[in-house]
Amino acid sequence: MRDWIRKSLSRRNLLSAGALAAAGAGLATVTRTQPVAAQPGHAGYGAHAAAAPAPDPKSHAHGNMISGGDVDNAKNGFDPSKMLTDWDTGTVSQLPDGRRLRTYEVTGEDKEIEIIPGVFFPAWTYNGRVPGPTLRATEGERLRIVFRNNGSHPHTMHFHGIHSARMDGIPGAGMANPGEEFVYEFDAFPFGCHLYHCHALPLKRHIHKGMYGAFIIDPDPARHPEQAAVASSRLLGTPENKEWQELVMVMNAFDTDFDNENEVYAVNTVGHHYTKHPIPIVRGKPIRVYVVNVTEFDPINSFHLHGNFFDYYDHGTTLTPTLKTVDTVMQCQGQRGILEFTYKDHETGLYMFHAHQSEFAELGWMGMFDVAEATS
Amino acid sequence: MNENIRTPVAAEVALKPRTSRAANLFWFAVPLLALILASVWLVSSDWLKAFDTGAPPVEKMTFERTVLDNDGIHLQVRAGGSAELSIAQVLVDDAYWSFRQEPGGALAPLSSAWLHIPYPWVLAEKHEVKVLTRTGVVFKREIEVAVPTPQAEFGNLGPQALLGTFVGIVPVIIGMLFYPALRGVGRNGLNFVLALTIGLLGFLFVDSLKEAIEFGLKSADSFQGIPMVVLVAAAAFLLLFAVGRRHGTPTGLALATYIALGIGLHNFGEGLAIGAAFTAGVAGLGVFLVLGFTLHNVTEGIGIVAPLVDERPPLPTFIGLALLAGAPAIVGIWLGSLSYAPHWAALALAIGAGAILQVIVEVGGYLKRRAGPGEAWFTPSTLAGLSLGIAIMYVTAIFVKV
Repeated sequence: MRDWIRKSLSRRNLLSAGALAAAGAGLATVTRTQPVAAQPGHAGYGAHAAAAPAPDPKSHAHGNMISGGDVDNAKNGFDPSKMLTDWDTGTVSQLPDGRRLRTYEVTGEDKEIEIIPGVFFPAWTYNGRVPGPTLRATEGERLRIVFRNNGSHPHTMHFHGIHSARMDGIPGAGMANPGEEFVYEFDAFPFGCHLYHCHALPLKRHIHKGMYGAFIIDPDPARHPEQAAVASSRLLGTPENKEWQELVMVMNAFDTDFDNENEVYAVNTVGHHYTKHPIPIVRGKPIRVYVVNVTEFDPINSFHLHGNFFDYYDHGTTLTPTLKTVDTVMQCQGQRGILEFTYKDHETGLYMFHAHQSEFAELGWMGMFDVAEATS
Repeated sequence: MNENIRTPVAAEVALKPRTSRAANLFWFAVPLLALILASVWLVSSDWLKAFDTGAPPVEKMTFERTVLDNDGIHLQVRAGGSAELSIAQVLVDDAYWSFRQEPGGALAPLSSAWLHIPYPWVLAEKHEVKVLTRTGVVFKREIEVAVPTPQAEFGNLGPQALLGTFVGIVPVIIGMLFYPALRGVGRNGLNFVLALTIGLLGFLFVDSLKEAIEFGLKSADSFQGIPMVVLVAAAAFLLLFAVGRRHGTPTGLALATYIALGIGLHNFGEGLAIGAAFTAGVAGLGVFLVLGFTLHNVTEGIGIVAPLVDERPPLPTFIGLALLAGAPAIVGIWLGSLSYAPHWAALALAIGAGAILQVIVEVGGYLKRRAGPGEAWFTPSTLAGLSLGIAIMYVTAIFVKV
């Protein structure tokens, strides 16, 4: 009799008398026995995968482990591919004392955005995009940010930088109620890769709903004569700077069902975007990535580069690397830094980058650099 | 006297309807027309938008069937709630995974679709599938122990039939073997056995109803699990009660047949649970478990033959009753091993509960009638039989919780 039972339940252990005794009255207990015949019998997958039609070459590295479809960028009003190099330099004017004044206009508004194909998130945005505009200035300038709140909740712009208490952008010091306006003013110090975000309360919700953005202050070469060449390469628009390919990546995540756990991870909002649309890279030109972590709910996020190493400038506040020759760097929320690397000695091809928390990568935070020869 | 006065009046009313047939039809049409008009006005005027709070519609989804095979994971889902539901993405173990929805598009309330996910699941391990809707709501399905779902194959039928025979038919036959002994127990002894039968049926009734409600709660909200189970059980009870009493109260063979039917329906549900538990990989089948079922169901055989003590039916009758009570277990195990939607199990078990209630009433009536005029029928021996019946079932049930 034992034989037919065994046969009818192939690969499962019989409930032994010993287990029965241990389980006591709770014979109902779910018993997770190990398979008798281990995995070989189940290895039909390889064959199946091989038989499956060849997927899009762009996604060959991911197989089926990817979200289906694509996001409607036009409806979102922003395209993560263009966001990489979309610097908001504001408008520049001269102050009576001869200093440069840079003015930005930022509007807070509620907007439903598509964060992974088919999934819509009721976001709170700066200028209708998540992350908000990448504000870029030069060290030492006077900055004026005119923030108008057209959203449904009170919001602020809290800058990571040097400013007075009045300009901190927290409840009681620089908060704009719906329909109101607040003008932040301070000097652009220190140079580096920074961020701004809403500091209205509750803080977690205001941040993870989408109110954050990168804030980059380029070093002024005149203030760093001993490293003027390095500083020039960081200053937007200089001939030295034009030799670089600069990208901004804000690591963010979305909790779509509001259970304090993220369903979608990404850089620049749309999960898997740079997997489906690899970032074009010219092989010979060095790359500089401004990476900012605003991921809510998880203590850290990280950036890992495939087939290459980079120099890292934590907070971007130095002109010499704070970490040399690494391929993974981690950041807590609010931390940011600059990555510099090159593919000039590499073969052309697709080079992956992703969070090295595999979980985040599998939930959307991964992408590809498409390294190719320059087309002239 | 009163009747003589009233009858002509009633006849007059019946003979002379106050309205003609056409006018009557008209008055039937009026409320229907009013209903249509009200609906049209409600839809066309759209004044309900005043109640629109701006919140997204409440989305509900139920996982009904789970099939694991060499192509991956296949889930049948059913939409609930009041509005359409759009499935945007599928995650397996917290990773986005490609999937194919069949049929595609948004799911209207109560409609169902299959999700085919080419996921390389790992034998005997746990997986969790999450379905992410358009509004970002997450529905989770846990696969406790991943094992391939049996397909409807003839190869599986043999062992399953043998298992079903062992937990369903064999114990009933063993119980029936008490028949000759029962004929010698005398009147009080038989009363005891009948009371024991009621006790065992009482246990089965509670058990069936519990299982039915559990399945009802797992099924889609729109099916209204508990009301559905209770109403179906009540309907089954009334129907069988009416059928059983067409020719007076059932006794002897008729009563035995109804008992066998009720027990058969319960064993069908038991078979479903066994089949489902083993194929879902959540229970290990062992000799002790099968013996437990046998022990548990022996009492059922005694209950079936108890009303036959005063008759002397031929052998084929006994065989027929044993099959009626036991064979449904085979069908149950077979169906249960295929993945099935919970509302079907809830319905089957609810019908079983109703059928069992009917036999409880009939056996009770039979027991009562057996007492002579002016004689107490609820004697200490009856109470003892009742209690023993419940106790035996309860204790032996400990061994068969899968």
